[in-house]
Amino acid sequence: MRYLLLLVSLIATLSLSGCGYNAMQAQDEQIKAGWAEVLNQYQRRADLVPNLVNVVKGYATHEKDVLTQVTEARAQVGSIKATPELINDPAAFAKFQQAQAQMTSALSRLLVVSENYPNLKADGAFRDLQAQLEGTENRITVARNRYIKAVQEYNVTVRSFPSNLTAMAFGYQTKPSFEVQDEKAISSAPKVDFNAPAAAK
Amino acid sequence: MRFSRLGALCLALALWFAPAAWAEVPVPPLKARVTDLTGTLSAAQRSSLESDLQGLEARSGSQLAVLLVPTTQPEAIEQYSLRVVEAWKLGQKGKDNGLLLLVAKNDRKLRIEVGYGLEGTIPDAIAKRVIDDTITPHFKQGDYAGGIAAGVQRLAGVIEGRAEAGKTDTLAGEQSSALSKNPIDAAAKNKTVGERLIDNAGESPALLLIFLVVAGTALRWFIGPLFGGLAMGGMMGAVAWLLYGALEITLVAGFVGFIFVLVGLANWIGFALSASSGGGSGSSGGFSGGGGSFGGGGASGSW
Repeated sequence: MRYLLLLVSLIATLSLSGCGYNAMQAQDEQIKAGWAEVLNQYQRRADLVPNLVNVVKGYATHEKDVLTQVTEARAQVGSIKATPELINDPAAFAKFQQAQAQMTSALSRLLVVSENYPNLKADGAFRDLQAQLEGTENRITVARNRYIKAVQEYNVTVRSFPSNLTAMAFGYQTKPSFEVQDEKAISSAPKVDFNAPAAAK
Repeated sequence: MRFSRLGALCLALALWFAPAAWAEVPVPPLKARVTDLTGTLSAAQRSSLESDLQGLEARSGSQLAVLLVPTTQPEAIEQYSLRVVEAWKLGQKGKDNGLLLLVAKNDRKLRIEVGYGLEGTIPDAIAKRVIDDTITPHFKQGDYAGGIAAGVQRLAGVIEGRAEAGKTDTLAGEQSSALSKNPIDAAAKNKTVGERLIDNAGESPALLLIFLVVAGTALRWFIGPLFGGLAMGGMMGAVAWLLYGALEITLVAGFVGFIFVLVGLANWIGFALSASSGGGSGSSGGFSGGGGSFGGGGASGSW
């Protein structure tokens, strides 16, 4: 009988860990893995930039502005230490996100500009780099979405009963997630520039 | 008056549910390697593609599937394509060597989605070249079947150029399938051990078994398969020691407890079901993904 009691108490203590503690650990790891993938893909993009700039420089000599913008954005991104701890610091997280957003817009401008140079577009190296860049942008999107989902799952656990008690006891906080990248850019209608034809008139 | 009110209600309901109607293109179920929702390919073209793809999987283990849809609107082709591969799980689990060739015919867009494990073999630049140089020239002339067949062949060539150099790839695949069969052996072992227990001591093995199933499932649920298994093994051993006092039975009971929880009740039932139904779900006509995962690699193009 005493052994039975022992058994019951053993099961009881073990099931205490069913209060969301283990779920939070698993979800936290999921977030870390997701974040590592995000950083990984951003790094991959940053690594592509020098080659891309070099190739474009060779053809598009008149596009100094765009090229310097890209280089500056690249430098900005490089100056922020992309560590896993970033997710626990909302301010640094926002800064990181802003730098990456700047990089995204600078790069997309570069690609738009490069449309004007047929020789550049025909260059094999440029085509490969462009494909890689597009693929990497897509990977970034995927990694970000997966990170957002992981954070959402974790935050729901941290905030819902009864696991919020566990979270409080261990001092776990909700984690920051990505927001819509440039809310302003999306909410304001795109400007269509008909300047060139108008001037021709 | 009453009718109009009813009508208003219906209208409100219809409006309420309307967004769902034009939300997203659903992912079709994966039944074959070639899924054509546009009616573009003839039966002969489809079956020849099927056999090409089957050969590719047999030789290299890579699962390449082709999907033709009319449109992916309102989603971009990249988003839709990722949803498809996340649902289909092409490629072997752990090797992630799956590929999807997606054609959105009315959008005039196509995409090659590359699984994690093939990103080294088929980098984005190669995928883009296959699209631009091999597939779209055919598509521009309206030759969809020819474009797809040429693309598939070129992709298969790229994959096998590497897979053949390292024959170990297919070997590893066989090993993993052998490994996945192992739990069934363990199940058989489990049975004989259980019988031995019953033979050895006719007293309360049934109780012990019930305890094993109930507490084991609960433990697995709460603290996971590994620790649950360890705890269960310890408990089973302790109980057996108390009941029978024999070291052998203690060890066996501990082992049974550990294995049982490690694998989990649901999986045992699954094994039993698949064993009784003959277990032939793979090659006999139906086609299913092997559990590979994707990270958004690949390239898109248009024609």
